[in-house]
Amino acid sequence: MTPLEKPQKSLRIQIPVSSTLAEKIISEHAGREVKPGEIVVTGVDVTALQDGTGPLAIQQLEELGMVQAHNPKKTILFIDHAAPSPRKELSNAHISLRDFAIRTGAVLSDINEGVCHQRLVESYASPGDILIGADSHTCTSGALAAFSTGMGSTDVGIGIATGKTWLKVPETMKIEISGSFSKGVYAKDLILHLIGEIGADGATYMALEFTGPGAKSMTMSQRFTLSNMAVEAGAKTGLFASDQATRAWLEEHGRGEDFRELRADLDAEYSRTIQIDEGTLEPTVSAPHTVDNTMTAASAAGTRVDQVFIGTCTNGRIEDLRIAADILRGHQRNPHTRLIITPASRKVYIQAAAEGLLADFAEAGGLVTGPGCGACVGVHGGILGDGEVCMATQNRNFQGRLGNAEAFIWLGSPATAAATAIAGEIVDPREYLE
Amino acid sequence: MILRGKAWKFGDSISTDHIAPGRYFHLRTNLPELAKHVLEDANPDFASQMAPGDIVVAGRNFGLGSSREHAPRIIKLAGVNAVLAQSFARIFFRNSINVGLPVLEIDTSGIEQGDELEIDLGAGTVRNVTRDETLIFAPLPPVMVKILDDGGLVDHFKKHGVFNLDQ
Repeated sequence: MTPLEKPQKSLRIQIPVSSTLAEKIISEHAGREVKPGEIVVTGVDVTALQDGTGPLAIQQLEELGMVQAHNPKKTILFIDHAAPSPRKELSNAHISLRDFAIRTGAVLSDINEGVCHQRLVESYASPGDILIGADSHTCTSGALAAFSTGMGSTDVGIGIATGKTWLKVPETMKIEISGSFSKGVYAKDLILHLIGEIGADGATYMALEFTGPGAKSMTMSQRFTLSNMAVEAGAKTGLFASDQATRAWLEEHGRGEDFRELRADLDAEYSRTIQIDEGTLEPTVSAPHTVDNTMTAASAAGTRVDQVFIGTCTNGRIEDLRIAADILRGHQRNPHTRLIITPASRKVYIQAAAEGLLADFAEAGGLVTGPGCGACVGVHGGILGDGEVCMATQNRNFQGRLGNAEAFIWLGSPATAAATAIAGEIVDPREYLE
Repeated sequence: MILRGKAWKFGDSISTDHIAPGRYFHLRTNLPELAKHVLEDANPDFASQMAPGDIVVAGRNFGLGSSREHAPRIIKLAGVNAVLAQSFARIFFRNSINVGLPVLEIDTSGIEQGDELEIDLGAGTVRNVTRDETLIFAPLPPVMVKILDDGGLVDHFKKHGVFNLDQ
């Protein structure tokens, strides 16, 4: 077994210099102190493909004669974007993924398991890991203090076969969070606000590092929401230091032994620092058709909405569903507004069912679907008609994303989405909270 | 190497959804077919009217969004010689290098639809023949030049068997 094969926690070298979290993780894998701008060929701890990007990766490996997985139990093939398959071309793509899993011993996560990033944070990503996935929102696992980033099919294919990739060590932008959220304001509002401030290319090539008392007091679910959207500011990854919350999450998911404490050094150098006081934030939405086109929900109020979609790797966890259910319980969706709820994973689905949330959603006129990406990618699960408007808890509202270039997508928190479903138009969710 | 072609002008924030729309997700395993819809939601006439060798010229943050490698692949498959932009989203940029599609960061504000361009990859220049102007593009990182010179990441691996990126 080479040092690069298994999680090499015991073999990693303590790097006693002033490193940001990103620099520290890459340095440990490189075996030497690295600084921003350096190119490093590094071992990879976890690799992931999904059903939209996986088939191309497999094709590339077949062309190279390298149909193999360097670390099969940490190579996961996710069927989530088209789960279950809506057409035969995708069914055939799924067959190639299942076939690859059999040939290489890689892990198959099939149609009932849920969204790749949710599954990764539940079962596979650990503090200190380098994780690459063929999906742009792979940055989600950064909330577990893993250097986790999205790449294309070929890059991840090579990563799967060889256990290696090349990285340019990024500069880090520190996001220093203080204060606490007012009622009706959530992590999603914070990250939308931030992206609105710095722009969709504000953090291109950089790592985001979320710090400060506000970051520390966040639940893991909130951290995942922030890390998930790091790429929407152009960032390579979005990192949180690991702490007791991280340990509790890992223990809850049966892998407490994967915990280790990891944080930046006090004298690490950041290229930019942005300070956010949670107490100053308001419910925030992104207007069509870019994520950085943000405004307060109040200023978008009155916009008629045809569909509300609650779910995804951004906001499809049990905490998100509880918030939405609390608002929807005892109410009905507006007659002209369809409501779709898609839990992010099998575990979330089961827990939501046990808590009676799925029944709450159905009572309110919602359509609950099985775990997966659902409507988010425009493949199935809620494609929009011409001119229709959707409020979604997902991470991207590009023109055409929900399957129709003649439609309009707004982004918001689960609370904003739930309140909007009742009102039939965009509304400040605080009007629906006691 | 000199690349010559006609400029097709696009604006800022051309996303991977513009380039490879979600409603054609099922065509990802049929790239020649998907290429017929390249950039459809940014310019519905582009795919049918462009000629092999044409050059995509865009504003800021070209390729923002998804990691779908299919996006630069179908741009290349459609016959586009190179993409010039004010700036690029990073996953798209890296994927383009991996598939052997030259992506050049350059001030595109003075290039108009239909301009004839001459790109000298070795010299690092773009000559706008129509407007008699020469621009210099930001040099690619040496690692990426290596991969691009080999024709992309798969070809790089076919040639070397491993990452051969030492500078």
